[in-house]
Amino acid sequence: MGRLSGAFRAAFPHTIPVLTGFIFFGTAYGILMSSRGFGWHWILLTSSVVFAGALQFVGISLLTAVFDPVYAFVIALSLNARHLFYGISMLEKLSGTGKVKPYLIFAMCDETFSILCSAEPPENVDKRAFMFAVAALNQSYWIIGGVIGGLIGPLLTFNTYGIDFVMTAFFVVIFINQWRANKNHAPALIGLGASAIALLIFGADNFIIPAMILIVVCLTLFRKRLGKEPKQC
Amino acid sequence: MLTTTQALAIIAVLAIGTAITRFLPFILFPTAESAPRFVHYLGKMLPTAAISLLVIYSFRDIELTAAPHGLPEVISVAAVAGLHIWRKNTLLSIGVGTALYMLLVQFIF
Repeated sequence: MGRLSGAFRAAFPHTIPVLTGFIFFGTAYGILMSSRGFGWHWILLTSSVVFAGALQFVGISLLTAVFDPVYAFVIALSLNARHLFYGISMLEKLSGTGKVKPYLIFAMCDETFSILCSAEPPENVDKRAFMFAVAALNQSYWIIGGVIGGLIGPLLTFNTYGIDFVMTAFFVVIFINQWRANKNHAPALIGLGASAIALLIFGADNFIIPAMILIVVCLTLFRKRLGKEPKQC
Repeated sequence: MLTTTQALAIIAVLAIGTAITRFLPFILFPTAESAPRFVHYLGKMLPTAAISLLVIYSFRDIELTAAPHGLPEVISVAAVAGLHIWRKNTLLSIGVGTALYMLLVQFIF
Protein backbone atom coordinates (compact mmCIF):
# COMPACT_ATOMS: atom_id res chain seq x y z
CA MET A 1 0.00 0.00 0.00
CA GLY A 2 2.93 2.30 0.77
CA ARG A 3 4.16 1.77 -2.77
CA LEU A 4 0.84 2.86 -4.21
CA SER A 5 0.46 5.94 -2.02
CA GLY A 6 3.99 6.99 -3.02
CA ALA A 7 2.96 6.67 -6.65
CA PHE A 8 -0.13 8.83 -6.06
CA ARG A 9 1.99 11.48 -4.34
CA ALA A 10 4.42 11.49 -7.28
CA ALA A 11 1.61 11.55 -9.86
CA PHE A 12 -0.54 14.27 -8.29
CA PRO A 13 1.53 17.35 -9.34
CA HIS A 14 1.41 16.19 -12.98
CA THR A 15 -2.38 16.02 -12.84
CA ILE A 16 -3.09 19.48 -11.36
CA PRO A 17 -3.89 21.10 -14.76
CA VAL A 18 -6.25 18.20 -15.43
CA LEU A 19 -7.78 18.61 -11.98
CA THR A 20 -8.83 22.19 -12.74
CA GLY A 21 -9.87 21.40 -16.31
CA PHE A 22 -11.87 18.28 -15.48
CA ILE A 23 -13.66 19.84 -12.51
CA PHE A 24 -14.58 22.71 -14.85
CA PHE A 25 -15.66 20.57 -17.84
CA GLY A 26 -17.09 17.85 -15.64
CA THR A 27 -19.26 20.41 -13.90
CA ALA A 28 -20.38 21.83 -17.26
CA TYR A 29 -21.24 18.29 -18.37
CA GLY A 30 -23.13 17.62 -15.14
CA ILE A 31 -25.11 20.85 -15.50
CA LEU A 32 -26.03 19.95 -19.10
CA MET A 33 -27.03 16.41 -18.16
CA SER A 34 -29.16 17.56 -15.26
CA SER A 35 -30.80 20.22 -17.46
CA ARG A 36 -32.02 17.34 -19.69
CA GLY A 37 -33.36 15.37 -16.73
CA PHE A 38 -30.37 13.11 -16.01
CA GLY A 39 -29.39 13.48 -12.36
CA TRP A 40 -26.07 12.87 -10.60
CA HIS A 41 -26.39 9.07 -10.52
CA TRP A 42 -26.65 9.00 -14.34
CA ILE A 43 -23.54 11.18 -14.53
CA LEU A 44 -21.71 8.89 -12.11
CA LEU A 45 -22.59 5.98 -14.40
CA THR A 46 -21.56 7.57 -17.76
CA SER A 47 -18.34 9.09 -16.39
CA SER A 48 -17.37 5.75 -14.85
CA VAL A 49 -18.10 3.39 -17.76
CA VAL A 50 -17.79 5.59 -20.89
CA PHE A 51 -15.16 8.11 -19.70
CA ALA A 52 -14.75 9.98 -22.99
CA GLY A 53 -15.43 13.70 -22.65
CA ALA A 54 -16.40 14.67 -26.18
CA LEU A 55 -18.57 11.58 -26.64
CA GLN A 56 -20.30 12.14 -23.31
CA PHE A 57 -21.26 15.67 -24.41
CA VAL A 58 -22.54 14.36 -27.75
CA GLY A 59 -24.17 11.49 -25.85
CA ILE A 60 -26.52 13.93 -24.14
CA SER A 61 -28.28 14.51 -27.45
CA LEU A 62 -28.34 10.73 -28.11
CA LEU A 63 -30.03 10.27 -24.73
CA THR A 64 -32.68 12.87 -25.49
CA ALA A 65 -33.42 11.99 -29.14
CA VAL A 66 -35.22 9.00 -30.67
CA PHE A 67 -33.83 5.64 -29.43
CA ASP A 68 -31.18 4.65 -31.98
CA PRO A 69 -28.43 2.40 -30.56
CA VAL A 70 -26.86 1.70 -33.98
CA TYR A 71 -26.34 5.41 -34.65
CA ALA A 72 -25.00 5.79 -31.08
CA PHE A 73 -22.51 2.99 -31.76
CA VAL A 74 -21.31 4.58 -35.01
CA ILE A 75 -20.92 7.94 -33.25
CA ALA A 76 -18.97 6.31 -30.39
CA LEU A 77 -16.60 4.58 -32.83
CA SER A 78 -16.06 7.56 -35.10
CA LEU A 79 -15.74 10.23 -32.42
CA ASN A 80 -13.31 8.07 -30.45
CA ALA A 81 -11.38 6.67 -33.37
CA ARG A 82 -8.51 8.92 -32.32
CA HIS A 83 -8.01 6.48 -29.42
CA LEU A 84 -6.78 3.99 -32.01
CA PHE A 85 -3.98 6.44 -32.68
CA TYR A 86 -3.23 6.86 -28.98
CA GLY A 87 -3.18 3.10 -28.55
CA ILE A 88 -0.72 2.70 -31.42
CA SER A 89 1.49 5.40 -29.86
CA MET A 90 1.31 3.67 -26.46
CA LEU A 91 2.01 0.06 -27.54
CA GLU A 92 5.58 0.24 -26.31
CA LYS A 93 5.01 2.25 -23.16
CA LEU A 94 2.28 -0.02 -21.84
CA SER A 95 4.02 -3.31 -22.55
CA GLY A 96 4.91 -5.05 -19.30
CA THR A 97 2.43 -3.12 -17.14
CA GLY A 98 0.78 -6.38 -16.07
CA LYS A 99 -2.34 -6.25 -13.95
CA VAL A 100 -2.99 -2.52 -14.40
CA LYS A 101 -2.72 -2.68 -18.20
CA PRO A 102 -6.46 -3.21 -18.86
CA TYR A 103 -7.35 -0.19 -16.71
CA LEU A 104 -4.64 1.97 -18.33
CA ILE A 105 -6.03 1.12 -21.77
CA PHE A 106 -9.63 1.72 -20.66
CA ALA A 107 -8.85 5.07 -19.04
CA MET A 108 -6.55 6.49 -21.77
CA CYS A 109 -8.29 9.84 -22.33
CA ASP A 110 -6.61 12.71 -24.23
CA GLU A 111 -5.22 14.23 -21.02
CA THR A 112 -3.89 11.00 -19.50
CA PHE A 113 -2.32 10.20 -22.86
CA SER A 114 -0.49 13.52 -23.00
CA ILE A 115 0.77 13.22 -19.38
CA LEU A 116 1.98 9.64 -19.85
CA CYS A 117 3.71 10.70 -23.08
CA SER A 118 6.02 13.08 -21.27
CA ALA A 119 6.04 12.52 -17.49
CA GLU A 120 8.49 10.10 -15.88
CA PRO A 121 8.17 8.96 -12.23
CA PRO A 122 10.99 9.61 -9.74
CA GLU A 123 13.45 6.70 -9.41
CA ASN A 124 12.05 5.31 -6.15
CA VAL A 125 8.51 5.11 -7.56
CA ASP A 126 7.24 2.07 -9.44
CA LYS A 127 6.48 2.99 -13.04
CA ARG A 128 3.34 0.87 -13.29
CA ALA A 129 1.91 2.29 -10.05
CA PHE A 130 2.73 5.82 -11.27
CA MET A 131 0.91 5.35 -14.57
CA PHE A 132 -2.05 3.83 -12.78
CA ALA A 133 -2.15 6.76 -10.35
CA VAL A 134 -2.16 9.33 -13.20
CA ALA A 135 -5.03 7.55 -14.96
CA ALA A 136 -7.07 6.97 -11.80
CA LEU A 137 -6.63 10.54 -10.51
CA ASN A 138 -7.72 11.99 -13.84
CA GLN A 139 -10.81 9.81 -14.04
CA SER A 140 -11.74 10.62 -10.44
CA TYR A 141 -11.58 14.38 -11.22
CA TRP A 142 -13.89 13.87 -14.18
CA ILE A 143 -16.39 11.87 -12.12
CA ILE A 144 -16.31 14.31 -9.19
CA GLY A 145 -16.76 17.34 -11.48
CA GLY A 146 -19.72 15.69 -13.21
CA VAL A 147 -21.45 14.78 -9.97
CA ILE A 148 -20.92 18.34 -8.64
CA GLY A 149 -22.51 19.68 -11.84
CA GLY A 150 -25.41 17.27 -11.50
CA LEU A 151 -26.00 18.38 -7.93
CA ILE A 152 -25.76 22.15 -8.49
CA GLY A 153 -27.37 22.17 -11.96
CA PRO A 154 -30.95 22.17 -10.71
CA LEU A 155 -30.09 25.03 -8.32
CA LEU A 156 -28.74 27.35 -11.03
CA THR A 157 -31.00 30.26 -11.82
CA PHE A 158 -29.06 31.73 -14.77
CA ASN A 159 -29.62 30.73 -18.37
CA THR A 160 -27.02 28.11 -19.36
CA TYR A 161 -27.82 28.30 -23.11
CA GLY A 162 -24.56 28.28 -25.07
CA ILE A 163 -22.49 26.59 -22.33
CA ASP A 164 -21.72 23.73 -24.75
CA PHE A 165 -19.29 26.13 -26.46
CA VAL A 166 -16.91 25.01 -23.70
CA MET A 167 -16.02 21.98 -25.84
CA THR A 168 -15.29 24.07 -28.93
CA ALA A 169 -13.06 26.35 -26.86
CA PHE A 170 -11.31 23.31 -25.39
CA PHE A 171 -10.49 21.84 -28.80
CA VAL A 172 -9.26 25.20 -30.10
CA VAL A 173 -6.93 25.54 -27.10
CA ILE A 174 -5.55 22.00 -27.55
CA PHE A 175 -5.07 22.76 -31.25
CA ILE A 176 -3.01 25.88 -30.42
CA ASN A 177 -0.96 23.99 -27.79
CA GLN A 178 -0.13 21.29 -30.32
CA TRP A 179 0.69 23.88 -32.98
CA ARG A 180 3.21 25.41 -30.56
CA ALA A 181 4.69 22.05 -29.52
CA ASN A 182 5.24 20.72 -33.06
CA LYS A 183 7.56 22.15 -35.68
CA ASN A 184 5.86 20.15 -38.40
CA HIS A 185 2.37 21.58 -38.99
CA ALA A 186 1.51 19.25 -41.87
CA PRO A 187 -0.60 16.76 -39.84
CA ALA A 188 -2.57 19.59 -38.22
CA LEU A 189 -3.20 21.23 -41.61
CA ILE A 190 -4.07 17.93 -43.27
CA GLY A 191 -6.52 17.31 -40.43
CA LEU A 192 -8.19 20.69 -40.90
CA GLY A 193 -8.32 20.51 -44.70
CA ALA A 194 -9.49 16.92 -44.98
CA SER A 195 -12.17 17.39 -42.31
CA ALA A 196 -13.45 20.61 -43.88
CA ILE A 197 -13.65 18.97 -47.32
CA ALA A 198 -15.46 15.94 -45.86
CA LEU A 199 -17.88 18.23 -44.01
CA LEU A 200 -18.71 20.13 -47.23
CA ILE A 201 -19.28 16.93 -49.21
CA PHE A 202 -20.98 14.65 -46.68
CA GLY A 203 -22.72 17.14 -44.37
CA ALA A 204 -22.73 17.55 -40.60
CA ASP A 205 -24.18 14.15 -39.69
CA ASN A 206 -22.01 11.83 -41.79
CA PHE A 207 -18.62 13.43 -42.28
CA ILE A 208 -16.47 11.99 -39.48
CA ILE A 209 -15.61 8.61 -40.99
CA PRO A 210 -14.97 10.01 -44.50
CA ALA A 211 -12.80 12.69 -42.87
CA MET A 212 -10.74 10.06 -41.06
CA ILE A 213 -10.29 8.02 -44.23
CA LEU A 214 -9.23 11.16 -46.12
CA ILE A 215 -6.73 12.03 -43.35
CA VAL A 216 -5.15 8.56 -43.47
CA VAL A 217 -5.02 8.69 -47.29
CA CYS A 218 -3.32 12.11 -47.23
CA LEU A 219 -0.82 11.01 -44.56
CA THR A 220 -0.05 7.93 -46.64
CA LEU A 221 0.45 9.93 -49.84
CA PHE A 222 2.66 12.51 -48.17
CA ARG A 223 4.63 10.05 -46.03
CA LYS A 224 7.88 10.58 -47.93
CA ARG A 225 7.52 14.36 -48.04
CA LEU A 226 6.46 14.90 -44.43
CA GLY A 227 10.08 14.81 -43.32
CA LYS A 228 10.36 15.50 -39.63
CA GLU A 229 7.52 13.91 -37.76
CA PRO A 230 5.89 15.79 -34.88
CA LYS A 231 7.14 14.97 -31.42
CA GLN A 232 4.89 12.50 -29.70
CA CYS A 233 5.64 9.69 -27.25
CA MET B 1 -37.66 10.96 -24.14
CA LEU B 2 -36.11 7.52 -23.70
CA THR B 3 -37.24 5.00 -21.11
CA THR B 4 -34.75 4.13 -18.36
CA THR B 5 -33.92 0.82 -20.07
CA GLN B 6 -33.35 2.55 -23.42
CA ALA B 7 -31.10 5.16 -21.77
CA LEU B 8 -29.10 2.40 -20.09
CA ALA B 9 -28.80 0.61 -23.44
CA ILE B 10 -27.47 3.78 -25.12
CA ILE B 11 -24.91 4.24 -22.32
CA ALA B 12 -23.83 0.59 -22.65
CA VAL B 13 -23.40 1.03 -26.42
CA LEU B 14 -21.33 4.20 -25.90
CA ALA B 15 -19.16 2.38 -23.32
CA ILE B 16 -18.61 -0.64 -25.59
CA GLY B 17 -17.89 1.50 -28.66
CA THR B 18 -15.36 3.57 -26.71
CA ALA B 19 -13.70 0.47 -25.24
CA ILE B 20 -13.31 -1.01 -28.73
CA THR B 21 -11.42 2.09 -29.93
CA ARG B 22 -9.14 1.91 -26.89
CA PHE B 23 -8.43 -1.84 -26.81
CA LEU B 24 -8.24 -2.64 -30.52
CA PRO B 25 -4.59 -1.59 -31.12
CA PHE B 26 -3.46 -3.75 -28.18
CA ILE B 27 -5.44 -6.73 -29.47
CA LEU B 28 -4.12 -6.32 -33.03
CA PHE B 29 -0.52 -5.71 -31.93
CA PRO B 30 0.16 -7.56 -28.65
CA THR B 31 3.75 -6.33 -28.64
CA ALA B 32 5.08 -3.01 -29.91
CA GLU B 33 7.48 -4.83 -32.24
CA SER B 34 4.62 -6.63 -33.97
CA ALA B 35 3.24 -3.35 -35.35
CA PRO B 36 4.51 -2.46 -38.84
CA ARG B 37 6.51 0.74 -39.30
CA PHE B 38 3.61 2.35 -41.14
CA VAL B 39 1.46 1.89 -38.01
CA HIS B 40 4.13 3.62 -35.90
CA TYR B 41 4.19 6.46 -38.44
CA LEU B 42 0.41 6.83 -38.16
CA GLY B 43 0.70 6.68 -34.38
CA LYS B 44 2.96 9.73 -34.52
CA MET B 45 0.93 11.78 -37.00
CA LEU B 46 -2.68 10.97 -36.23
CA PRO B 47 -3.15 12.42 -32.72
CA THR B 48 -2.39 15.89 -34.12
CA ALA B 49 -4.68 15.44 -37.11
CA ALA B 50 -7.41 14.09 -34.81
CA ILE B 51 -7.52 17.36 -32.84
CA SER B 52 -7.99 19.25 -36.12
CA LEU B 53 -10.90 16.94 -36.88
CA LEU B 54 -12.44 17.74 -33.48
CA VAL B 55 -12.08 21.48 -34.14
CA ILE B 56 -13.97 21.12 -37.44
CA TYR B 57 -16.44 18.79 -35.71
CA SER B 58 -17.39 21.45 -33.21
CA PHE B 59 -18.28 23.84 -36.06
CA ARG B 60 -20.36 21.31 -37.99
CA ASP B 61 -23.77 22.81 -37.21
CA ILE B 62 -23.03 26.42 -38.14
CA GLU B 63 -25.36 27.82 -40.81
CA LEU B 64 -23.24 30.23 -42.85
CA THR B 65 -26.09 31.16 -45.16
CA ALA B 66 -28.62 32.11 -42.46
CA ALA B 67 -28.40 34.82 -39.79
CA PRO B 68 -26.31 35.19 -37.67
CA HIS B 69 -23.95 33.50 -40.21
CA GLY B 70 -21.82 31.86 -37.53
CA LEU B 71 -20.78 35.24 -36.16
CA PRO B 72 -21.08 34.29 -32.45
CA GLU B 73 -18.82 31.28 -33.09
CA VAL B 74 -16.28 33.23 -35.15
CA ILE B 75 -16.08 36.05 -32.59
CA SER B 76 -15.79 33.69 -29.63
CA VAL B 77 -13.20 31.42 -31.27
CA ALA B 78 -11.15 34.49 -32.20
CA ALA B 79 -11.32 35.56 -28.54
CA VAL B 80 -10.26 32.09 -27.34
CA ALA B 81 -7.38 31.90 -29.82
CA GLY B 82 -6.21 35.48 -29.23
CA LEU B 83 -6.33 35.14 -25.47
CA HIS B 84 -4.59 31.78 -25.56
CA ILE B 85 -1.78 32.97 -27.83
CA TRP B 86 -1.35 36.03 -25.59
CA ARG B 87 -1.65 34.59 -22.05
CA LYS B 88 -1.18 30.80 -22.60
CA ASN B 89 -3.64 30.12 -19.78
CA THR B 90 -5.96 27.27 -20.78
CA LEU B 91 -8.70 27.88 -18.23
CA LEU B 92 -8.70 31.65 -18.79
CA SER B 93 -9.03 31.20 -22.58
CA ILE B 94 -11.82 28.66 -22.27
CA GLY B 95 -13.66 30.43 -19.45
CA VAL B 96 -13.69 33.86 -21.10
CA GLY B 97 -14.49 32.43 -24.54
CA THR B 98 -17.44 30.42 -23.26
CA ALA B 99 -18.81 33.31 -21.20
CA LEU B 100 -18.51 35.59 -24.25
CA TYR B 101 -20.31 33.04 -26.44
CA MET B 102 -23.13 32.67 -23.91
CA LEU B 103 -23.55 36.47 -23.76
CA LEU B 104 -23.56 36.71 -27.58
CA VAL B 105 -26.15 33.98 -28.21
CA GLN B 106 -28.38 34.98 -25.30
CA PHE B 107 -28.43 38.77 -25.61
CA ILE B 108 -27.05 39.96 -28.96
CA PHE B 109 -27.78 37.48 -31.77
